[in-house]
Amino acid sequence: MNAMLTIKDLHVSVDGKAILNGIDLTINAGEVHAIMGPNGSGKSTFSQVLAGREQFEVTHGSIHYADQDLLTLPPEDRARAGIFLAFQYPVEIPGVSNIYLLRTALNTIRKQRGETELDAMDFLTLVKERAALMRMDEDLLYRSVNTGFSGGEKKRNEILQLLLLEPRLAILDETDSGLDIDALQVVANGINSLRDNSRAFLLVTHYQRLLDYIKPDFVHVLTAGRLVKSGGPELALELEQRGYGWLEEATAGATP
Amino acid sequence: MAIPNTQINHLLDREYAAGFVTDIDTDRVPPGLNEDAIRLISAKKQEPQFLLDWRLKAYRHWQTMPLPQWSSVHYPPIDYNAISYYSSPKSRKHAPASLEEIDPKLLETYAKLGIPLEEQELLAGVAVDAVFDSVSVATTYKNKLAEHGIIFCSFSEAVRDHPDLIQQYLGSVVPPTDNFYASLNSAVFSDGSFVFVPKGVRCPMELSTYFRINAANTGQFERTLIIAEEGSYVSYLEGCTAPMRDENQLHAAVVELVALKDAQIRYSTVQNWYPGDAQGRGGIYNFVTKRGACRGDNAHISWTQVETGSAITWKYPSVILEGDNAIGEFYSVALTNNFQQADTGTKMIHIGKNTRSTIISKGISARQGRNAYRGLVKVLKGADGARNYTQCDSLLIGDRCGAHTFPYIEVKNPTARVEHEASTSRIGEDQLFYCRSRGLSAEDAVTLIVNGFCKQVFNELPMEFAVEAQKLLGVNLEGAVG
Repeated sequence: MNAMLTIKDLHVSVDGKAILNGIDLTINAGEVHAIMGPNGSGKSTFSQVLAGREQFEVTHGSIHYADQDLLTLPPEDRARAGIFLAFQYPVEIPGVSNIYLLRTALNTIRKQRGETELDAMDFLTLVKERAALMRMDEDLLYRSVNTGFSGGEKKRNEILQLLLLEPRLAILDETDSGLDIDALQVVANGINSLRDNSRAFLLVTHYQRLLDYIKPDFVHVLTAGRLVKSGGPELALELEQRGYGWLEEATAGATP
Repeated sequence: MAIPNTQINHLLDREYAAGFVTDIDTDRVPPGLNEDAIRLISAKKQEPQFLLDWRLKAYRHWQTMPLPQWSSVHYPPIDYNAISYYSSPKSRKHAPASLEEIDPKLLETYAKLGIPLEEQELLAGVAVDAVFDSVSVATTYKNKLAEHGIIFCSFSEAVRDHPDLIQQYLGSVVPPTDNFYASLNSAVFSDGSFVFVPKGVRCPMELSTYFRINAANTGQFERTLIIAEEGSYVSYLEGCTAPMRDENQLHAAVVELVALKDAQIRYSTVQNWYPGDAQGRGGIYNFVTKRGACRGDNAHISWTQVETGSAITWKYPSVILEGDNAIGEFYSVALTNNFQQADTGTKMIHIGKNTRSTIISKGISARQGRNAYRGLVKVLKGADGARNYTQCDSLLIGDRCGAHTFPYIEVKNPTARVEHEASTSRIGEDQLFYCRSRGLSAEDAVTLIVNGFCKQVFNELPMEFAVEAQKLLGVNLEGAVG
């Protein structure tokens, strides 16, 4: 059986500056992977490259999603194929109601899956149910997308989208940052409710504390654009105690 | 972060969806502007003497006027003698009594534009007075409106059937000497629409007119006059689109609104005339004078416009707030793509006490589009407690377009309150990526973001018109709305 995501020797530059310097990673259905690393190590670049951001130039390597060459697909086709990125900084779109974007997104993706589009009433029932799960004020559904939302509300809104779109591969870019413990728990519950054998998650985070709520199968450490160490959940605990310094030094020594 | 221009430019490349020509014989006056041409137009329309005299007076005044140079639009000089000032479909000679009698080619044209008359009549409950070139070819629901005492007809019919009203109100808001293009219109106007709503009557349906320019080299000069008597209400919709032509075509219309005490007029425009091609060739010159007068206390006039077409749009729908507590509103979306130019805004003249005005202007510029807001808020000495709120927002798509704001404020009363807010922003690459990562195509994402930007204005349009305006914006910007 093919892996869900196969990344081979991925090099990425932004404005001519190398950010990722050869990443290899394989993710299978049912797995939860965590990518941890210090600021500036390339974590956000990595998640956005997977979602198809065009400013980031892939200079070398390959990404396959099942049998598809992901690098040939624009962002919308990746989304329709079941890839979802929860943004570290969700974007404000003034004048566009949140519920309208949610419904447009869901129906676009349902159409791709060969499912019927949901009418306004069915959609409303569904979105209210999922919003309740995220303990989101219904008012947020009718406001402009992320406009005037608090940091926590923006993050919940990202996970609400995740719950509606039910992607096969969910990439969560620092979803935990800026959340208090209660909100973190709500967000984690939302994510956990989707975990099953057919889905995979890639959690990108600074901190171990998210991993207390969402137990990863694999933890990888990203420093200076490379995955320098991989392990089980215990690696996250070790990082929490020792920081990233020892890994950065070890890698620096190993680089010719 | 920089906007991916190649991508956005690709989105802006799209054919003008209404670019087709109806092949139909027209009854045309030979090109040229002189007193004989004006007499011929007046004679063809069997007009009363007062109107011919009025036209000639306007023409004589027009000859003394210099070309207006103050706006920011640029265009080569117009040869007014190369234009034909009258054109009507031949079938007009035997005016149709019903839709079935209308030249099928005309109906086909409207069908291509998505406005089948029969369907509108049956489904939408909208009365349509379709102006094809210069003559109204269809008027529906006239009888139903007549039950309420409402007159809704072509301008020519009004001249014939209600000459007293015409004589009383024509030129009372926009005098024949008002400005260069208004004077030209006054001299040569061919047809248009006329609405009269009697005292205390609330017009039971939206009144709608579709203007369409068809014949090549034919300037179109409509004249619209709407009168709302004391305590009445009317909502009027005007939609426009034209087929593709290489030559520039002049469109110089005049619209006059008169709202008496406690009356309300809502005037909505969706303008989608041919904007010229991607190289800036061809397109309509849309030089229009629109003005309303709130002639009594508590009178209320709103202009809502969505201007997506024309090579040049040059118009300032204005309100003269004469009565106490009168309200004037102006809501505008102007889109300029490729080489389109727009210089548009409003004038709010506060004369009465406690008069209020609101101006919301949204300009969108893409490619080399040039967009200017130009507005005057004038508070006269006696306008105690007058208030104005103005908001001008500009949205830029790409890095070669331009947006300018020219607000003029003249306040002669110390109790007046005038507020002005302005903003300029760019469609962000991050907004596009966010939408696309949710499965929306790039086109749909741009449309979504632009529609969001325009929402405040679309909210002011009647429902079915708002939907159409959103679609138009989508079509004019890239593909259809998702």
